[in-house]
Amino acid sequence: MRHVLLALMLAFSLQAPALAQDSLPPAPYAYRQLDDPEQEAQAQALMETLRCLKCQSQSIADSDAPMAGDMRHQVRIRIAAGEAPESIRAWLVERYGDYVSYKPRLDGATWPLFVVPLLLVLLGAVVLLRRFGRRP
Amino acid sequence: MSGLRWTIWLPLAVFAAFLALVGLQLYRPAEREVQSAMIGKPVPQFALPAASPDRPGVSTADFRDGKPKLLNIWASWCIPCAAEAPQLAELQVQGAQIVGVAIRDKPEDVAAFLAQYGNPYARIGADNLSSIQLEIGSSGVPETFVVDGQGIIRYQHIGDVRKRDVAILLDKLKEAGE
Repeated sequence: MRHVLLALMLAFSLQAPALAQDSLPPAPYAYRQLDDPEQEAQAQALMETLRCLKCQSQSIADSDAPMAGDMRHQVRIRIAAGEAPESIRAWLVERYGDYVSYKPRLDGATWPLFVVPLLLVLLGAVVLLRRFGRRP
Repeated sequence: MSGLRWTIWLPLAVFAAFLALVGLQLYRPAEREVQSAMIGKPVPQFALPAASPDRPGVSTADFRDGKPKLLNIWASWCIPCAAEAPQLAELQVQGAQIVGVAIRDKPEDVAAFLAQYGNPYARIGADNLSSIQLEIGSSGVPETFVVDGQGIIRYQHIGDVRKRDVAILLDKLKEAGE
């Protein structure tokens, strides 16, 4: 019983930060689109592939967490200042690691994700050929 | 043909292993804390105005005075920040220099918080856009960073500082000062 209580208390204490909200208004560009539609489209595409760090299964484009708003503000003002979307992504990855980006990257750790499906398809083809290919 | 017999179970075994993996991940969700990738790197460029009338604001240069410091990112609206206040006070008594940054906070709320829970901070910067969090790779409040005298980030503590963390942070500060 004590363990259950302790677990419950811990669960609620971990949730507290998510429940607490600040009283400041959202950042200027958290909900305001950029005036240039082309830049806004760039910003939107980037925001949809950046992870909200407060609500980790959402992108910052999806989330209403204040921190996601601050991240959207950061993305929009950088795009408006002429920075390339991929350089903004790199800036965030440098600080938070790959986890902040939803866009898969081909590198030393992720190459099996791309190669294994190809190998499986090849393997399937070989098996099928051996089964049915030799029939007259 | 008899050599092949056991291999027909292979796909089922792989599938079972996959199910077990899914079950395990559902039962024990992935780590939710996001470690900063900035450990070992210099404190990024920033300059924040004062959040409190009786303490100066914070800028990058403040971390290059040769003395290791704690950078505590907090907010008056954050409940665990109130929970860690006694531990920060203890750290200050033990000689730690604590620089605070208040995230998305109103001056009157900061004043009320400090009046209620005490003020262990040498400086407090006001960050209304979470910009320092994005610069330093912090994903929530409270977080506490150990920064050495040359302004290099040496350690990150995620979440509130509990009793057992006081000694750890003091150790890290000592290490950073060597």
